[in-house]
Amino acid sequence: MNWYTALQLALRALWRNKTRAMLTALGVVIGVGSVIAMLGIGSGAQQRIAAQLASMGTNSLVVRPGSVTRGGVRTGAGGITTLTRADAEAIAELPDVVAVAPSVRVTAQVRYRGTNWGTAIEGVTPDYITVRNWPLAEGEFISRRHVLGASHVCVLGQTVTRELFGLRSPLGESIVIKGLACQVIGVLTEKGATAWGSDQDDAIFAPITTVQRKLKGITHIERIELAASDRAASFRLIKDIKELLRQRHRIREGKPDDFRMYNRAELAQTSEESARVFTWLLGSIASVSLLVGGIGIMNIMLVSVTERTREIGIRMALGARQRDILWQFLLEALVLSITGGVLGIFLGLGGALTVARFSELPVNVTLGSVLVAFLFAALVGVFFGLHPARKASQLRPIVALRYE
Amino acid sequence: MNNTPLLQISDLHKAYVLDGVTIQALRGIDLMVEHGEFVAIMGPSGSGKSTLMHILGCLDIPDAGSYQLRGQDVTRMNSNQLAALRNREIGFVFQNFNLLPRTSALENVETPLIYAGVGKTERRQRAREALARMGLAERLYHLPNQLSGGQAQRVAIARALVTQPSLLLADEPTGNVDTITSADIMNLLDELNRNDGLTILLITHEQEVADRAQRRLSLRDGQLEAQA
Repeated sequence: MNWYTALQLALRALWRNKTRAMLTALGVVIGVGSVIAMLGIGSGAQQRIAAQLASMGTNSLVVRPGSVTRGGVRTGAGGITTLTRADAEAIAELPDVVAVAPSVRVTAQVRYRGTNWGTAIEGVTPDYITVRNWPLAEGEFISRRHVLGASHVCVLGQTVTRELFGLRSPLGESIVIKGLACQVIGVLTEKGATAWGSDQDDAIFAPITTVQRKLKGITHIERIELAASDRAASFRLIKDIKELLRQRHRIREGKPDDFRMYNRAELAQTSEESARVFTWLLGSIASVSLLVGGIGIMNIMLVSVTERTREIGIRMALGARQRDILWQFLLEALVLSITGGVLGIFLGLGGALTVARFSELPVNVTLGSVLVAFLFAALVGVFFGLHPARKASQLRPIVALRYE
Repeated sequence: MNNTPLLQISDLHKAYVLDGVTIQALRGIDLMVEHGEFVAIMGPSGSGKSTLMHILGCLDIPDAGSYQLRGQDVTRMNSNQLAALRNREIGFVFQNFNLLPRTSALENVETPLIYAGVGKTERRQRAREALARMGLAERLYHLPNQLSGGQAQRVAIARALVTQPSLLLADEPTGNVDTITSADIMNLLDELNRNDGLTILLITHEQEVADRAQRRLSLRDGQLEAQA
């Protein structure tokens, strides 16, 4: 008996019990549909998190001054003035470091003609936008020349631009920061809020030297942000930088660090990990329904074998071999699960699109999840169809034929 | 065309267990059937007729004794070989017709050809011809429950003969039909035996049915004896 004939026999048998076949397949339809929809929702959430992390600049490390105890009084973080631009330059020499951005920060009331706005002024170097992965909207960013000359120039974030200039372009205008007139040379693109809700666009960027000398009167720096070539490198660099800074700051063995390090990659990894867990959770809940659908197939096939015992006996009397009977029933189960799988793909896509339309949740149905759900359904068919099919094929012809 | 008998059994034994009681159904059967013979086996119910029929039809295997069909030792065959033998060498006609339910007459007759690996076009063709020979050319797409008893039995005969078997086994073929239809069916079998040289082995408990055969045997207490 060839495949085509066997398939025809199976289809004909299912056709004779249309309603039952459809209801049986429905279990698989819902199972596959929910797996696809759930994986789509999970993967959408994963993508959103990934996008947020990318806007923060992943693979990045932050070094800040540590606290210190002087005569029993512990200063807060940032109370130490030992971190310098020379440290930042030394870090830039380490392997796998892509870019280094030292910075200082001051908050101030900024004036432009009649209006004013309280915001943060970040003193930065040209590499800042590389490290933060933050493109310019217009104009230019702070250059090496500006840093060397402690120039009176600044670049605005979108929020500041809106507050001070409304819809007009601020390029070439002069704003006053703590009595210092600075010319606006560029505007950054919109970056949005951090994962913690603070507005990254509410800031003004000026040459680090300008902020150090003319706004704060300090020579140390308050922060070094750096980008590593990849995530693995960012974890290695924590150790390397620690060693380098301890050596440069001449900290003896056993004494505490005078700086602190934060790894954004670590945070990224945690978030991504939890998104993955979320996806797996949704997927496995949905797979349970697929499993239940499979058990439905087995149940119906077992009923069918019992009901058709006499038919099996007749077929054996007419020359059907055990494997002919086995394949007939297995193919029936497979047709049910594969048809259910195909319809389930459509249900899943429909469900995912509906969720995407009526909620804020992003949905991302991947070809992989569709294939996995479909293969799983086919596998369910084989797994749960095999037992009834074997049972049918191993009936003794004489017993089957006499069955009432 | 060949000297070996079509069917030869000797000292065949078969027992089965029913409700915890072992029943010795067959106790030493000897039988030889030549090509082209028409043999009737008679016996009261419970005489082991059906058990003998199932063994002859390769649906069951004997406990002891030998059974050779066209010179092949059936008792040593595995289930696949037995299936092939049922498919090629034996045609069954049952008392209750045993047509596949909710399946057209044509598809019923096609079924043995499916298991013989015959292609679709040839299968259709041969099934149509077999039904036409039984006078059922107009009933190809009828379902078993749309056929009369006589028509159903003729579909069953068409199905039994479509593979051109060497032996037709009929188990009470007239048991479920009225007297007129019974005569029709017997005429048909007679004709197949006479004109086509088909070997027929028939089981019945009706004397007038058995009288149509050339040779009559009766089964009593698990043993065969010749009848006048």
